Amino acid sequence: MTEILLSLFILSGAIFTFVGSLGLARLRDFYTRLHGPTKATTLGVGSLLIASAVHFSLRDEGVSLHEVLVTLFLFMTAPVSAHLLAKAALHLKVKSLAPTPADDRSTPPGAA
Amino acid sequence: MRRWLPHPLLTAALTLLWLLLVNALSAGALVLGALLGWLIPFATSRFWPERIRIRHPGVLARFLGVFAVDIVRGSFHVAWLILKGPARLRPTFVEVPLALTTDLAISLLANTISLTPGTVSARLSADKRTLVVHTLDTSDAAALVAEIKQRYEAPLKQIFEEGDA
Amino acid sequence: MLDTVIPIAYTLVALAFLMSFWRLIAGPDAPDRILALDTLYVNTIAFLVLLGIHLGSAIYFEAALLIAMMGFVGTVALAKYLLRGDIIE
Repeated sequence: MTEILLSLFILSGAIFTFVGSLGLARLRDFYTRLHGPTKATTLGVGSLLIASAVHFSLRDEGVSLHEVLVTLFLFMTAPVSAHLLAKAALHLKVKSLAPTPADDRSTPPGAA
Repeated sequence: MRRWLPHPLLTAALTLLWLLLVNALSAGALVLGALLGWLIPFATSRFWPERIRIRHPGVLARFLGVFAVDIVRGSFHVAWLILKGPARLRPTFVEVPLALTTDLAISLLANTISLTPGTVSARLSADKRTLVVHTLDTSDAAALVAEIKQRYEAPLKQIFEEGDA
Repeated sequence: MLDTVIPIAYTLVALAFLMSFWRLIAGPDAPDRILALDTLYVNTIAFLVLLGIHLGSAIYFEAALLIAMMGFVGTVALAKYLLRGDIIE
């Protein structure tokens, strides 16, 4: 039973990791490509880490929860790096499929 | 109390972090973790100018629940869009006017937006009044803005800012 | 069951590596390359966790944690560089 659950987590984790990178390779402009790695890949790795926590908690005595650390860390950092990259791309005027918003003249780039 | 324990939430979080890092629950680890959790806020006090106050723990709990569900929903949504192929996407930039005023609440909103269905926050205007958001596939930008405001911004405002005004 | 799932997962993660690597080489702009590099970090974490489960050893976990931290710092530094032309202000 637990093995089925474990396999499910591993498989869905690997599939999401794969789809995230597929988005990175397949979509047509930088801003759409940004979505795959920030969401799908993060959830994929989260799912793999849950599988790892379950696996080691069942195998050894005592619960293994330090995987939660990496999961939390990834979920906190992924949106931050995505935001910074999007901001850098807007600053550099990278080619976009969607019309880009007007320049925010009042900010020096990179502030805040 | 205020002087000797300036950031109780941070202390608790650091202690928990230490226990997770050691991956064991023993008296020694707990004491060392609590000691670090007590000392580190002093060493980094310049990064924490104000004390974080949470006003409605119930609203926070509900928000975290919605957030967790939306992360999973968002990932499935994005995965489906990627598999359907790039030709059918309708990417758009939308501008969300902000009702939030504190830095903490705004950054939490920006991060929440980035992790939930089809949207990434891209830029905050200098006056901190509007957030530029990129969405992967939308037909109705106004509805999206309304959803962001009602689903994520309203609870954050309630939790961190109510009564501040 | 695990014996059949783990090779499939390895294959998928390996394909993810290849696609991220392709984006790293193809570009076309600097933000694309940084994003590809960031994705490669996260893929590496996925791979290490998978390796840990497969070999039943917890020692890969520390490596995954360090890569998560260093990857984030690296991405932020590179994005900052694009925004400002300078990393340390």
